[in-house]
Amino acid sequence: MSFETSLDRLESISARLEDEELELDAALALFEEGIAELRAASAFLAEAETRLKLLTEAADGVFRVDTLRG
Amino acid sequence: MVREEEAVPGTTAGAAVSVMALTCTAKDVLEGAFMPLWVRGEVSDFKAHRNGHWYFSLRDADAQIRCVAWARDRRIPARPDDGMQIAALGQLTVYAARGDMQFAVTRMEAEGDGLWRKALDLTRARLHAEGLLDPARKRRLPQHPRRVAVITSRDGAALRDIFAVAQRRCPSVEIVLVPAAVQGDTAPESLCYALDQVARWADADVLIIGRGGGAREDLWAFNDERVARALAACPIPTISAVGHEIDISICDLVADLRAATPSAAAEAAVPVQAEIRERLRASAALLTDLTADHVSRAKLRAADAARRVVSGAARRVDRRRLELQSAAVALNALSPLATLERGYAIVRTGDGKTVRTASTLAAGSAVDVVFRDGVASATIERVTPNVVDDSVTAGTTGEAR
Repeated sequence: MSFETSLDRLESISARLEDEELELDAALALFEEGIAELRAASAFLAEAETRLKLLTEAADGVFRVDTLRG
Repeated sequence: MVREEEAVPGTTAGAAVSVMALTCTAKDVLEGAFMPLWVRGEVSDFKAHRNGHWYFSLRDADAQIRCVAWARDRRIPARPDDGMQIAALGQLTVYAARGDMQFAVTRMEAEGDGLWRKALDLTRARLHAEGLLDPARKRRLPQHPRRVAVITSRDGAALRDIFAVAQRRCPSVEIVLVPAAVQGDTAPESLCYALDQVARWADADVLIIGRGGGAREDLWAFNDERVARALAACPIPTISAVGHEIDISICDLVADLRAATPSAAAEAAVPVQAEIRERLRASAALLTDLTADHVSRAKLRAADAARRVVSGAARRVDRRRLELQSAAVALNALSPLATLERGYAIVRTGDGKTVRTASTLAAGSAVDVVFRDGVASATIERVTPNVVDDSVTAGTTGEAR
């Protein structure tokens, strides 16, 4: 799952939370879901250094992404 | 006879050479005498044969020569039009079988970039007709890509520039090179292959395709229709960055975003990490605030509900009290005590039953006479039925018995 997906979900969760008629149980469940997405999104930012990779394709069409250089 | 056979070929009728010998010799001599050269002239009688070869004449005021441009050998962006002034690079050749002299053209330049422009216009018109240049096709770039695929040459400046910009803006982004030749005859095919790989791999968020600046011919692969179509078919958003500011390629028109340079492409693709962190922080704050609102609304609702229960109960108690009071008033009106107040007395038998008629009593019956202020116990001495009234009622009953 991508960072973008996490952020999108987070924002759609907030949009649903804006419904004031939402049951409290449902709101709390959404909140927990949102926290999980926040954690996932934050994890993407943990990488300290840009990685340069090389896409290679094996004969059977399977792709590999190898480090090109530091 | 012997002398004729020994004559130098072609010097006597008897030593005549074959036509083939003539044309083949001419071919050897002419083709050996001329190295490839540029010739200036006007195009006429242009014909593109269905086998892909082009045939035309190059002429000026005084002379003309037949020309051929073999499909496999030529590197010419577009067909020239009749009347076009061109310079053609070619080799003078002799077509021995027909004895024709022709100029085999491999490259061509028209005045004022005419052919390049024409090629570009033709490709653009075809892509436009198919809607591939429609602005509505342009997709939005992902705001926070994790993986950026880059189709360019492995050793070019473009890759270095893109990497440097990404590193500066957002270290958590991964740059994945999909190497391709970006100039030369193999470039279009190589670029198409790389685009196909990106499509099948489908694990990048955005694609940058491009190269640094160069001569017009070096950039030409990015005007190739096959490359443009492959780019248009790319499943992820695309950014093209071909050459410098002023170079606009067909790929630039097809891509979702045209960047002036590879560095600009990287800036468009890769967000500044501080901005991402800010967006995350804002999202977290919104999530928390909205949830807190739900909790406090729930608390308010609970308190409200409790208040309604209490006040409802209180109202019910009040209503009961009122009912009780009116019942008490009604009861009092019916009570025999009220009658006793007015001076009447009630006769009861010993077991407490009210005596309603004299006939239920007999001499010696013990009765209690209840007054307003007390009870008097008495014994019945005699029972006398009420004659007048009784004859009307009991009499008739009596007779019936």
